[in-house]
Amino acid sequence: MTKLNAKIPSGPLSEKWSNYKNSLRLVNPANKKRIDVIVIGTGLSGASASSTLGEMGYNVKTFCYQDTPRRAHSVAAQGGINAAKNYKNDGDSVFRLFYDMIKGGDFRAREANVYRAAEVSNDVIDHYVALGVPFARDYSGYIDNRSFGGVQVSRTFYAKGQTGQQCVLGTYSSLLRQVNKGTVKLYARRDVLDIVIVNGKARGVITRNLVTGEIERHSAHAVVLATGGYGTVYYLSTLAVNSNASAAWAAYKKGAFFGNPSFVQIHPTSIPVLNDFQSKLTLMSESLRNDGRVWVPKQKGDKRIPKDIPEEERDYYLERRYPAFGNLVPRDVASRAAKERCDAGYGVGPTGLSVYLDFKDAINKQGQKAIENKYGNLFDMYEKISGENPYKTPMRIYPAGHYTMGGLWVDYNLMTTVPGLYAIGESNFSDHGANRLGAGSLMQCSCDGFFILPYTISDYLADDIRTGKIPVDTPEFDDAEKSIKEKIQRILSVNGKDTPLDYHKRLGKIMWDYCGMVRNEEGLKKAIGLLSDLKVDFWNNIKVAGKDNELNLELEKALRVADFIELAKLMCIDALNRKESCGAHFREESQTENGEARRQDEAYSFVAAWEHKGDDVEPELHKELLVFENVELKERSYK
Amino acid sequence: MNIKLKIWRQKNAQAKGKFENYSLEDVSPEMGFLEMLDYLNQKLIKSGGEPVAYEHDCREGICGSCGMYINGRPHGPEAKTTTCELRMRSFKDGDTITIEPFRSRMFPIIKDLLIDRTAFEKILIAGGFISADTGSAPEANSILVCKKHADKAFDMATCIGCGACVAACKNSSAMLFVSAKINQYALLPQGKIEAPERVKKMVAKMDELGFGSCSNTYACEAECPKGISVSAIAKMNREFLHAKLIAED
Repeated sequence: MTKLNAKIPSGPLSEKWSNYKNSLRLVNPANKKRIDVIVIGTGLSGASASSTLGEMGYNVKTFCYQDTPRRAHSVAAQGGINAAKNYKNDGDSVFRLFYDMIKGGDFRAREANVYRAAEVSNDVIDHYVALGVPFARDYSGYIDNRSFGGVQVSRTFYAKGQTGQQCVLGTYSSLLRQVNKGTVKLYARRDVLDIVIVNGKARGVITRNLVTGEIERHSAHAVVLATGGYGTVYYLSTLAVNSNASAAWAAYKKGAFFGNPSFVQIHPTSIPVLNDFQSKLTLMSESLRNDGRVWVPKQKGDKRIPKDIPEEERDYYLERRYPAFGNLVPRDVASRAAKERCDAGYGVGPTGLSVYLDFKDAINKQGQKAIENKYGNLFDMYEKISGENPYKTPMRIYPAGHYTMGGLWVDYNLMTTVPGLYAIGESNFSDHGANRLGAGSLMQCSCDGFFILPYTISDYLADDIRTGKIPVDTPEFDDAEKSIKEKIQRILSVNGKDTPLDYHKRLGKIMWDYCGMVRNEEGLKKAIGLLSDLKVDFWNNIKVAGKDNELNLELEKALRVADFIELAKLMCIDALNRKESCGAHFREESQTENGEARRQDEAYSFVAAWEHKGDDVEPELHKELLVFENVELKERSYK
Repeated sequence: MNIKLKIWRQKNAQAKGKFENYSLEDVSPEMGFLEMLDYLNQKLIKSGGEPVAYEHDCREGICGSCGMYINGRPHGPEAKTTTCELRMRSFKDGDTITIEPFRSRMFPIIKDLLIDRTAFEKILIAGGFISADTGSAPEANSILVCKKHADKAFDMATCIGCGACVAACKNSSAMLFVSAKINQYALLPQGKIEAPERVKKMVAKMDELGFGSCSNTYACEAECPKGISVSAIAKMNREFLHAKLIAED
């Protein structure tokens, strides 16, 4: 039944990658010059892949929608990057990092990929240091590490609360070095609108120049998607507001299977929605839960200000429900618990959709100075946005859409089901299962781009040393360009009443209500209907100001929202199909008597990879069965 | 609250721009400044007008996309605050707010408030990196870095490349931006080897592109949303002199 071949090498887990690397074909330096590679996206995965492929001698063409690669959204990651260095001598190892990721992902990730990421994580840290990334250090000059995301070892490398920014700038600098050398050519302010397939292989892309509106053709021997996640499907999320799924969605429509689309991490500690015009939710790093205590009033609808509510009338519900982990339970557990309290009427703030994160006890015990040293920048950020001083009154927080574990299905080579089309970083599904551990995303993106893809793609490109330049004046490029131009004309000609923003908000509400933290069959079926209606409505009533042959931000938005509406439906179809609760995916029908998630390994220990069968046709499900040879499947318990 | 807006409108790089006046009712103090512009744009589109083009992305002060003159100051009235972090509670009911693109000959206008900052990237391409190929790095803790220097390098590395320093400078000088990068690498042992070459190449490119000189008004430091200190410029001058006079021997 399955067309999927994950191509996992045989042999013991710890030897798979090194043995496999030795078996991969190489391309000699003279031949690399004859080979072009397109990389889409310039976050940690895209920029690291581009610079490394450039260093190896390939001709790289790198695209991003921003005005410069440095602004890609990896820049916003706060907490840190994991590696198995064991610098703290606390018993960490490659196996433990692997195990924590597999367990954290609730046993829905592929063993071999996760082990490999853990294995090369140390090389990533070495390389970032060499590039001048200023990780935090001890007075002795050695690198400092901290514990993050509720694990028992300190393996997280960090640069204050700006680790993502520092890693991006390091990667960006190595990318620019290759631009200087002429191995990488940058195409900024470009949206990639289609992937061009020639004789079954990915051979190019169609882009829109966002300044001139020109539709352009670019060819290459292979195409790498490093386009990030699709959390903005919820409209309000912690992502950059222009983050989008359009290139990945184009790949899906051209034959790349989409893996576990419903797996979305909802981050528990975001600043809550303050007004109807809000465009973005700002994350407060989860490290705050190390010292902050989460609570709501014991009395429903209690409108008193926090300091007037005495201790005995406060419900520290995480400590009550999860005495062993308390405020440090994993992200999905903390998020659902907040939603449960708010839905039951105990939420605080003007909307009733937030809970308190209180530092009073920590300040009393450690002094304000100590708290300032640890979290000063976060407290300032909170005050700027909310206008409230968190040293004096508790923060108010609420969960927000954050990270998509789902993404394009890839094999062990990080290749999608389309030959020559690769997906790396957050855009693929591979390493985080049903729930990502804190400080795991920077790690995976960097591993993929610096140390994995460059090896595996060379094996594929070894067949192309005699191919020569891929021409762009072929029927395949003609057709792709024609269909994109028609889509743009169609969207501009509707001239209805509602803007892309109106539709994005409507889409976000449907997804948040029915395919957010908690899902059930009835809600998902309803959402699928609503999304089908929304799509019809969009194409009959969208209003896009401006023209196609100019800088047109409304047109960009409209094209992205159109794709999001379709992707949203696939997410709901996937969530409906998976009748178990696992990781961040909580199905109400599958819970224990105490309201905890109940995983169903016998029925659902697989990756759901969806194949596009045509517009408005049901997609076909392919299952990649997950085999666990090195870990024992356990129930996650935080009681 | 009700506010009046005076916004620079310019169809494209070639067109002649001008201020247009708008008024907005029911602006809430919690709104972000950019959300206020979204609100205006929704109204403009629905009444058949052209929305105001402006750059933005992360909306949390870290990507460096946003940036405009607000009442004559880059990123507006609040210190250490990017445009996207600015809230409408910084303004009063009845205020008139003047909004323009960053004004600098080095950042040509593309449309309305959206500008071209590729000149920054050209300086970095000239030498803003440590030359380390993937795979060549030694074990991370074999390079020890004194904490003081590591912390200073971090402070320099917090630049978001927004361009407020250039926009604030009457000479359109990029010295704060360039010196931050020069210093970050010069402070680290792994960056020292190339430091003389790096500073010469980046300064030469900065001059070639036409950025102005520093005349010590400190406007850049005052407007930098990340609070990067002008002491960086003095240190860069020292690095430059050292490279020119001593390191060439």
